[in-house]
Amino acid sequence: MSAIQYIKDIYNAVKSLLIGMKQTGYYFTHHKEIITQNYPEEKQQLAERFRGEVVMTHDSNNEHKCTGCTACELACPNGTIKIVTKFELTPEGKKKKAIDKFVYHLELCTMCNLCIVACPTDAIKMDQAFEHSVFDRSQLTKVLNKPGSKIMEGVE
Amino acid sequence: MWSLGNITHSIDAWLNESFNPAIALLTEFVIVGTMAIGLFAVLGLVLVFMERKVSAYMQIRVGPNRVGPKGMFQTFADTIKLLLKEGLTPTGSDKFLFNLAPVIAIISAMLLLAPIAFAKDFQMWDLNIGVLYVSAISSVAVISILMAGWSSNNKYSLLGAMRSGAQIVSYELSAGLSILAIVVLVGSLKMTDIVASQETGWWLFKGHIPALIAFVIFIIAATAETNRAPFDLAEAESELTAGFHTEYSGMRFALFFLAEYVNIFIVCAIGATLFLGGWMPFHIGQWTAFNHLMDFIPSSLWFFGKTFFLIFLIMWFRWTFPRLRVDQLLNLEWKYLLPISMFNLLLATAIAILGWHF
Repeated sequence: MSAIQYIKDIYNAVKSLLIGMKQTGYYFTHHKEIITQNYPEEKQQLAERFRGEVVMTHDSNNEHKCTGCTACELACPNGTIKIVTKFELTPEGKKKKAIDKFVYHLELCTMCNLCIVACPTDAIKMDQAFEHSVFDRSQLTKVLNKPGSKIMEGVE
Repeated sequence: MWSLGNITHSIDAWLNESFNPAIALLTEFVIVGTMAIGLFAVLGLVLVFMERKVSAYMQIRVGPNRVGPKGMFQTFADTIKLLLKEGLTPTGSDKFLFNLAPVIAIISAMLLLAPIAFAKDFQMWDLNIGVLYVSAISSVAVISILMAGWSSNNKYSLLGAMRSGAQIVSYELSAGLSILAIVVLVGSLKMTDIVASQETGWWLFKGHIPALIAFVIFIIAATAETNRAPFDLAEAESELTAGFHTEYSGMRFALFFLAEYVNIFIVCAIGATLFLGGWMPFHIGQWTAFNHLMDFIPSSLWFFGKTFFLIFLIMWFRWTFPRLRVDQLLNLEWKYLLPISMFNLLLATAIAILGWHF
């Protein structure tokens, strides 16, 4: 290592360190733009493809589109969905299969979206809620159809 | 006029009048000890908060902003949390050394406070080998680190401690030589003499290039000696999971943490005393009006201002530079800093002998 190279090395090292310090110094003195968010108050705009949990869509008459076909239950790789069916009497006096409970185990769900794809009537969809922490594990087992809800007219 | 020096003198005079000298001395010990511990507590709180805010601002974040206005009481909350935590002692550890190590760390930091001149006539012990004392005691800190790493019975801790040993032993040399450059210019090891010699101008400006080089080397060596990034490979969170204090928890961890920050303060205080004139106000040659104006600012403010400027500089380093590898660390010391500081010492000696400094 020659003496000139030695001094050159020191010069280059000091120069590159100073460039780095200039950048952080600039950030320090220009404290306006903040790249982080104050989480509970400001929430991030999530990407459209973000999947947080499965929900069942209900319209304003408290009606859903789930026929209880169990296609989602079969499609689920983890056994996250359990559908409990019951028989309802139609006005004509016929027995008709309908869902009693759409049980969804959030704690088992991997958000793979296969149930949504499998659903023939688009009754369920993915929601973007992500704050799922609870104190008791049993609270993660959810019933997706709202109490007293009925199947929508004309959905078979 | 009110000054810290006058207050201490009047307290000293009153104590000596009221009691016999032995009791007066003992009372002064107690007062000074309490003030040192108080300073430690305040420094810990302030410096941790400062570091978090500085790092946040440099990384375009907000930093602590929940507890109190602008997150001011965050460090209080953290301290309370650490106090309430359980201090675990691992089963396989050497219990005596494990419990002793943080105490030694804090005691070595506390001993270093003695020769520092905080303000005009405000100093615990103005011993005639002040600078030598500081560089001697600051090496004791490495014992506590080695002790902690060894007694933890943990591979990572031991690795961290060994790295720290190699690092501190190497960087002591260039720190000592850069301090010597100033000692040569002053001609005394005494802190008061060093400060008094800078009445006409700080050594950073008066000492020409040697002082400047010595200052840069001192700052680098100080950063390395306090185990801070980019020389933090003794703790290296990402590879050694905090190195020598991996196994420490609760208040014992807090003591290490506190000792680290107090060491930063002390090293920066020494740097401010040697290169930036300690409590001496900023004077420019013959500008009497300007100099007189500067004298109105209390000397303690000057001292703390300079010290905190240097602390900010060291924090700036930490949040800019990436960590060095062990071989790079030792290369930097033995191939660059040590030869340069030796040459620099020669240059400083020549300037001192020829009287070229102002």
